[in-house]
Amino acid sequence: MKVLVAVKRVIDYNVKVRVRADNSNVDLANVKMSINPFCEIAVEESVRLKESGAATEVVVVSIGPKAVQEQIRSALAAGADRGIWVETDDTELSGLAVARLLAQVVRDEQPGLVLLGKQAIDTDNNQTGQMLAALLDWPQATFASKLEVKGAEVEVTREIDGGLQTLALTLPAVVTADLRLNTPRYIKLPDIMKAKRKPLATTSPAALAVGPGTGVKLLGVTPPTERRGGIKVESVAALVDCLKNQAQVL
Amino acid sequence: MSILVIAEHDHHQLKSATLHTLAAATQIGGDLDVLVAGSGCQAVADAVAAIPGVRTVLLADAPAYAHQLAENIARLVVALAPGHRHILAPATTTGKDFMPRVAALLGVNQVSDITAVVGPDSFRRPIYAGNAIATVQVEDPVIVATVRATAFPAVATTGGSAAITPVPEVFEAVRTRFVSESLVESDRPELTSARIVVSGGRGVGSAENFALLYRLADKLGAAVGATRAAVDAGYVPNDLQVGQTGKVVAPDLYIAVGISGAIQHLAGMKESKVIAAINSDAEAPIFQVADYGLVADLFTALPELIDSI
Ligand SMILES: Cc1cc2nc3c(=O)[nH]c(=O)nc-3n(C[C@H](O)[C@H](O)[C@H](O)COP(=O)(O)OP(=O)(O)OC[C@H]3O[C@@H](n4cnc5c(N)ncnc54)[C@H](O)[C@@H]3O)c2cc1C
Ligand SMILES: Cc1cc2nc3c(=O)[nH]c(=O)nc-3n(C[C@H](O)[C@H](O)[C@H](O)COP(=O)(O)OP(=O)(O)OC[C@H]3O[C@@H](n4cnc5c(N)ncnc54)[C@H](O)[C@@H]3O)c2cc1C
Repeated sequence: MKVLVAVKRVIDYNVKVRVRADNSNVDLANVKMSINPFCEIAVEESVRLKESGAATEVVVVSIGPKAVQEQIRSALAAGADRGIWVETDDTELSGLAVARLLAQVVRDEQPGLVLLGKQAIDTDNNQTGQMLAALLDWPQATFASKLEVKGAEVEVTREIDGGLQTLALTLPAVVTADLRLNTPRYIKLPDIMKAKRKPLATTSPAALAVGPGTGVKLLGVTPPTERRGGIKVESVAALVDCLKNQAQVL
Repeated sequence: MSILVIAEHDHHQLKSATLHTLAAATQIGGDLDVLVAGSGCQAVADAVAAIPGVRTVLLADAPAYAHQLAENIARLVVALAPGHRHILAPATTTGKDFMPRVAALLGVNQVSDITAVVGPDSFRRPIYAGNAIATVQVEDPVIVATVRATAFPAVATTGGSAAITPVPEVFEAVRTRFVSESLVESDRPELTSARIVVSGGRGVGSAENFALLYRLADKLGAAVGATRAAVDAGYVPNDLQVGQTGKVVAPDLYIAVGISGAIQHLAGMKESKVIAAINSDAEAPIFQVADYGLVADLFTALPELIDSI
């Protein structure tokens, strides 16, 4: 079985983003960019499926400008076999456009399983995997914390608000990764060198016959209202007094 | 034009997230129809019918909807979509699961996690873990959006008398099979709607030590929350995680114990009215957002706190 895994290039999770002075967008000039943490987990899971014999090939795909090749290469260094770069000049494709592009790649590649992150930590949409599944008319399991391929099915444990839910999906299927699915491996230098020689194909929205997509216009971006710094209290008694008499929440 | 809201419930009781979603719908303006899809969920439909301002309750009661499988709910919602300009659901794990599927089947985008209604087609939503707020305008013919419950008040639950219309169509996916569910039972208030939340981090040190937090919570009638680090370490189950990728809470009082204050955690609690923090490290970032900070060892401070209230 072939596994396709979609990765997004995003701001590194350690960076605190700032809003541009003109409120047009966030300022991404010179900030550290990385593979979205949830995508990294999806890549790790695909590689483990290959190592366990459940998968035969892991193909990684990313959509975006030239720089996304870095994230494809890091997925290849983590153990994916080959990459597909969907070249776009526009980093701000609509959510549906991303799903449509991925759907076309899936139709061409015919994987048995598609893994995505549950959420990109920049736009926090938590939607691409679900949209892709809908467009393909495939079953989906979001927020996966455990995944097991069992014959013609994949059994997935999902983290839901009330606890855990386990579903069995008939393959092919779409699964989105949550944080506790696995802990991604540390990538060693020789793997990074090896990844440079792995194949990376390029395609484009035009080649995939998918339009740019519109529908949502960004009118502006503002900083959140900052909390005023509070006070330090000296003792538990003082804390209780403040909460009771000043804040009146006890 | 009218708005279709998908109710969240456990087949017996309506979840409060629905009441907050209805408040967002009221701000958008228009006739309100509410879909109750479940199995043996007549009581939920009755509860929704009593909400003032609801025009019609659409009741889809069938075993196929027992587990709220995204494939089934999405196709049901799409079948009911015609005539509605907006389709809204709470941004819970259920809403996040089926709503993007609805959007894609309708050929439109989804606006995730809205926190303010600017106009009928314009909304605010947090991006970058809440470190920036985007204002977006939707140009699609149908607006599919999930609503962050803590950002809107709850609508009233009595005084209405909406008609209940059964929906006979049943959609049942054949390629998704429900296997099992382990839901955490608790007598404590629900985390996302509790007035007080007592939350613990890695500093708490073990599952056994969390008993201290539960004791404090029970004295205060509070819910218990946790950081990702505490969940990852196995101190508490996943349903307690607060943050960018967990639950979003905004109680009157949030007590953070042994929590450093990482941005991903703050994303889930910084809209709390009052934040109190107990941490042994005076430099911990949590103190930058806390109204009241106590630099202390939690193992001495918590027992004292429990005894003094
Ligand atoms: C500041 C800003 C403004 C934007 N404004 C608009 C706008 O006005 N209109 C508009 O329509 N869109 C806009 N977008 C883009 C849009 O919000 C998202 O990029 C798109 O909806 C995909 O959602 P997501 O990236 O949040 O993915 P999520 O659904 O949160 O991501 C889930 C998973 O999908 C996969 N995935 C997502 N993107 C890619 C990718 N490029 N390549 C490969 N895999 C991917 C990954 O596996 C990821 O983990 C904007 C983006 C930004 C950063
Ligand atoms: C993609 C991504 C998503 C994430 N999503 C979330 C999320 O949704 N929610 C979330 O919480 N995190 C999330 N995280 C993790 C986040 O970055 C932090 O790692 C996490 O919040 C830290 O948890 P903590 O504060 O419990 O632990 P630490 O950062 O280890 O802090 C422990 C604190 O306890 C204090 N302490 C220790 N002993 C004592 C004592 N005896 N008395 C008093 N204080 C003591 C220490 O001084 C320290 O400040 C995410 C990370 C990533 C990369």
